[in-house]
Amino acid sequence: MLGNLQILFDAPVFVVDLMVNGLLIGAIFALAAYGMALVWGVMNIIDIAQGEYVMLGGFINLMVIQYLGLHPLFGIPISALVMFGFGHVIYRTVIHRIVDKDMFISILATFGLSIVIAQMSNAVFGADVRTADAHLPTLLFMDGLVSVGAIKLIAFILSLVTGFVLWLFLKRSRLGQAIRATAQNARAARILGIDTDKVYAATYGINAALCGAVGSLVVMAWTIHPYIGLPYTVRSFMVVIVAGLGNLPAVVLAGLGLGAAENFAGFILGTEFQIAFVFSLMVVILVWRNVKLKRERKYLK
Amino acid sequence: MSLLRNNAAVYGLVLVLAVVTPLAFPTYMTQLALLWAMVVFSMTWDTMGGQMGYNSFGNIVFYGIGMYACAVVQRDSGLGYFPALSLGLAAAAALAVVTAWLIGSGILGLRGHYFAIGSLGLGIAAAEIAGGIDYIGAGSGMTTPLYPEGIGKREIFFYASFFALAVATFFALKWLYAGRFGLALNAIRDDEDKAEAMGLHTTRYKTVAWIVSAFFLSISGGLMGNLQKFIDPRDTAFAGPTIGVWMVLMAILGGKGTIWGPVIGAIVFLVAKELFWTYLLGWQYVALGLMIVVIVVFFPQGIMGYIRERHPHLMGETVDPAKGEEAAK
Repeated sequence: MLGNLQILFDAPVFVVDLMVNGLLIGAIFALAAYGMALVWGVMNIIDIAQGEYVMLGGFINLMVIQYLGLHPLFGIPISALVMFGFGHVIYRTVIHRIVDKDMFISILATFGLSIVIAQMSNAVFGADVRTADAHLPTLLFMDGLVSVGAIKLIAFILSLVTGFVLWLFLKRSRLGQAIRATAQNARAARILGIDTDKVYAATYGINAALCGAVGSLVVMAWTIHPYIGLPYTVRSFMVVIVAGLGNLPAVVLAGLGLGAAENFAGFILGTEFQIAFVFSLMVVILVWRNVKLKRERKYLK
Repeated sequence: MSLLRNNAAVYGLVLVLAVVTPLAFPTYMTQLALLWAMVVFSMTWDTMGGQMGYNSFGNIVFYGIGMYACAVVQRDSGLGYFPALSLGLAAAAALAVVTAWLIGSGILGLRGHYFAIGSLGLGIAAAEIAGGIDYIGAGSGMTTPLYPEGIGKREIFFYASFFALAVATFFALKWLYAGRFGLALNAIRDDEDKAEAMGLHTTRYKTVAWIVSAFFLSISGGLMGNLQKFIDPRDTAFAGPTIGVWMVLMAILGGKGTIWGPVIGAIVFLVAKELFWTYLLGWQYVALGLMIVVIVVFFPQGIMGYIRERHPHLMGETVDPAKGEEAAK
């Protein structure tokens, strides 16, 4: 552990490598977190199945490659579309029953959903760790000591672009305005003629679509397997509690920071502790924020 | 009259069933031992989730700590089987109590869903950390020592141990809920700010509740490590997605915040689970996940809640018809 830390001091170029790769994956975390913030803010649901949609998006992309023979980059819009439909179906079957219930009910119900989805994927796709080869080169900087896959760069840019387009959509479009109105006050929105049920369905679908896009980026740039969901859920959750709901620049910054922090932790502590770091960091952030609020006799709400 | 409260006949019936069932079905002895373990899981969860309103996904931490602590003592103490097991269980309970006290003061400041997710993170972090520590076998796990006596006696021993633990847990919790402690927990559940304003040291009560929960759960973990003979950090010890969720589900299924609810919930759940494992092999986890969704969405009040709604007199509640009509107006 200390030896790894020493390496970082002796060869600062590794710092650059870890930093760049961490920031690149951070944009992906930010995109998934944006979807979670959307569902949380509009529907008051913490969606534990978030990470499972990411995982499904990755497997859909793999199927696109295998059965349609397309380049994996085309898998991004396809899996987003498929996942939009999937999100709709999940909303119609389960989520609409828990929208106005206690938040713990929604956590537990989506937790059940996430178990179902993960186990189904395990049965259908198999438990192997999979990746999609996008046949893109690896870019080398600084005499080859800093290596960045071109696909990671593309994933980074696409994530930021998608996030920005979604933000524009929420600001400008009719449906976006209806979503924001429902988030502010669902009852008032209903009185003014907004069909909140449709808005909720659309919101949940958009979230699933976002996760689908994230998943198809993840499968190209990193790897995917049926049980990868929960870490992505927790990362999204962490980004949201740090950044707050509906604050896009903060979400991006928090996502990038998390990506970098996680990459450094993975290097210093060893990769076997990387997931442990993610989950412990979340607990520490929660407790730390709460302790800060406690001085003002408040607590996290 | 009250059917399920303070009724000696019910205790007698449970005792008779607990003795007769394993004699009648000796092949199912391990499953029956598991039943009493499940009862302990759901009762200890209900102390936090039902009585105090702190929905914890992290109680599994104490189960895993108990399992590992007991196994390490058994491995390194060099004593005979039974002295080592007793010492191991004591160490398990002590370590879990200290852990609950240490992390409790931090994480129990969180409320509502933040506590739920924070504790979920705690459970998974514990599994991942345990999977990286070589002293306890890292990812490849640990084995517990062999039971010294002949075939069949082992199952009987663990069945009796789990039954004794479940009975001890039941009466300890019943005694605790009956007094000021139980009232304090319920006050925290109903309105924590008001409870604090009334002068309750809520943090102290919350921590003690978690310690009580951790104490019994860690002993069950230590025993379970020996019953299963093998400890895997993610699949048996810190098994958040299985046992960690089951304990929540059993308590909800039976009825949160009641003393009998978790017991009934555990029995119903275990029967359903064994049926899934027998008839839906390969898809059993899918069926279990669906069961979680269905119970949570359609049946959140639980069996005891349902009985209380439909037949309040069975729960020892007297309904004055005149008053009911007045309220209806």
